[in-house]
Amino acid sequence: MLPNEIYDTLKTEFGDAVIEYNDQQPTDSFILIGADNLFDICHTLRDKDAFLFDYLMCLTAMDLGENVGVVYHLYSMTHKHRLVLKVTAPKTDPKIPSVEMIWRTADWHEREAFDLIGVNFEGHRNLIRILCPYDWEGHALRKDYVAPEYYHNMKVSY
Amino acid sequence: MSDIKRLDLEYSQLESDRMRINVGPQHPSTHGVLRLEVEVDGEIVTEVVPHLGYLHRCFEKHCEKMTYLQVIPYIDRLDYISAMNNEWPYVMALEKLMDIKVTDKVEYIRVIMAELNRIANHQIAVATFGLDAGAFTPFLFFFRDREYIIWILEKMSGARLLYNYFRVGGLAADVYPGFKEDCLNIVKQVRKTNAEVMDLLIYNKIFIQRSANVGILTPEVAINFACSGPVLRGSGVKFDLRKDEPYSIYDRFDFDIPVGTGEVGVVGDCWNRNMVRVNEMEQSCRIIEQAIAQMPDEGDVKALVPKRIKPPKGEVYMRAENPKGELGFYIVSNGTDKPERIKARGASFVNLSVIPEISKGYMFADLILILGSIDIVLGEVDR
Repeated sequence: MLPNEIYDTLKTEFGDAVIEYNDQQPTDSFILIGADNLFDICHTLRDKDAFLFDYLMCLTAMDLGENVGVVYHLYSMTHKHRLVLKVTAPKTDPKIPSVEMIWRTADWHEREAFDLIGVNFEGHRNLIRILCPYDWEGHALRKDYVAPEYYHNMKVSY
Repeated sequence: MSDIKRLDLEYSQLESDRMRINVGPQHPSTHGVLRLEVEVDGEIVTEVVPHLGYLHRCFEKHCEKMTYLQVIPYIDRLDYISAMNNEWPYVMALEKLMDIKVTDKVEYIRVIMAELNRIANHQIAVATFGLDAGAFTPFLFFFRDREYIIWILEKMSGARLLYNYFRVGGLAADVYPGFKEDCLNIVKQVRKTNAEVMDLLIYNKIFIQRSANVGILTPEVAINFACSGPVLRGSGVKFDLRKDEPYSIYDRFDFDIPVGTGEVGVVGDCWNRNMVRVNEMEQSCRIIEQAIAQMPDEGDVKALVPKRIKPPKGEVYMRAENPKGELGFYIVSNGTDKPERIKARGASFVNLSVIPEISKGYMFADLILILGSIDIVLGEVDR
């Protein structure tokens, strides 16, 4: 299935929760969806016979200035098609439903996104830091991040 | 051999005080600075909690402060055992963004470099897996051969391990005189050693008893955890990006995808994962031979390299089949000469996340083997 066909199918099923389809070159075409219905949409994408997106290639969180965004790259082992999903949430309250129950691989990806961008994945069963120390402060990949001068009385050099 | 080694004991009768043990971070069999917090009941592993980050340097933050060309040396340091393969998806992603079509000669050299590096990587993987199981001699054989491969890569790029050789639109240097003969000699040597190792290690009875039926990963779990590379193929899933989503010129070569067959043990156990790697070396040899026969001699490998890399606004996800699995780069460009965001989806990071799932219920000594059979590099896990 091509991304625009998937978009049409999702649009009829979920209505306004599916916000936008973008296929401007050279960007990979993506579907922007609302954060509230993310879990249901992902569940449909994985289990419906026409989609069967059983393989989550990559999960990326991004600092978009006012918002934070999360990008899902999906692939289907059966149909050999791929899809890019995007969701955004305001930076002041970055809550996005977790898809860890759908694709187990999202567990560590979401922990990494929480660690480095500070996205709060709701429903994740073990949302703790993964790459930075557990008591580290701040989220390093935010554009306005300033590294602390000391960590446990050790100088944080750059 | 068909009985599964998972110990079917009555836990209610046997249970004693559980103990938590730290494996690593400074331990030779964790293949780097990885710490595993293991809960054991007697000798049986009941829980594994990996703690990562000992090698974390926030590669992605560094990238945002560099120009696109300056990022390439950092990418070498992700999976430092197969650096040639690492650079490839990155330059392919930028070529896609900038709409550059590289010449045939460049593609052939890239294929040969990547496949040579794949062999070198699998040699380390199989050798250290043997070492984990207690077999020392194959380790020496493989490291002797790997040195010859590294000499070729050094002659091409100037560096032994961290090559910085791929460029957007081309390569840093052309082939040297006598390159083709060197490659063909290597292929001969690799095949000879592999035949020896088959007898010495792979079909060795002790090795089979040690590694077969251990750490069984079913295909459904492997796909749900997004495992890739030999870990996925060891579970019997015939999926290889070189065939299923052919990038570059891989559609011109005739090669097979080895998968775990369950010839010994069960599909998806440590032995089958290891066997896939050994078979993949042979397939890489076949690709190298074909590539050398087809490679054109004429052409400038630097002709299309742009003076300034300034891709248009856009974002692209490019993935390639690395020795350890799928390495993907998600690059977001904001139209300047510095990237807005680069995300590296490392195969080791994702493959390691399956460890807590597949090591429960086995003996503690088997945990080391399971970890070895996943073939991780901590440079890519921690980034």
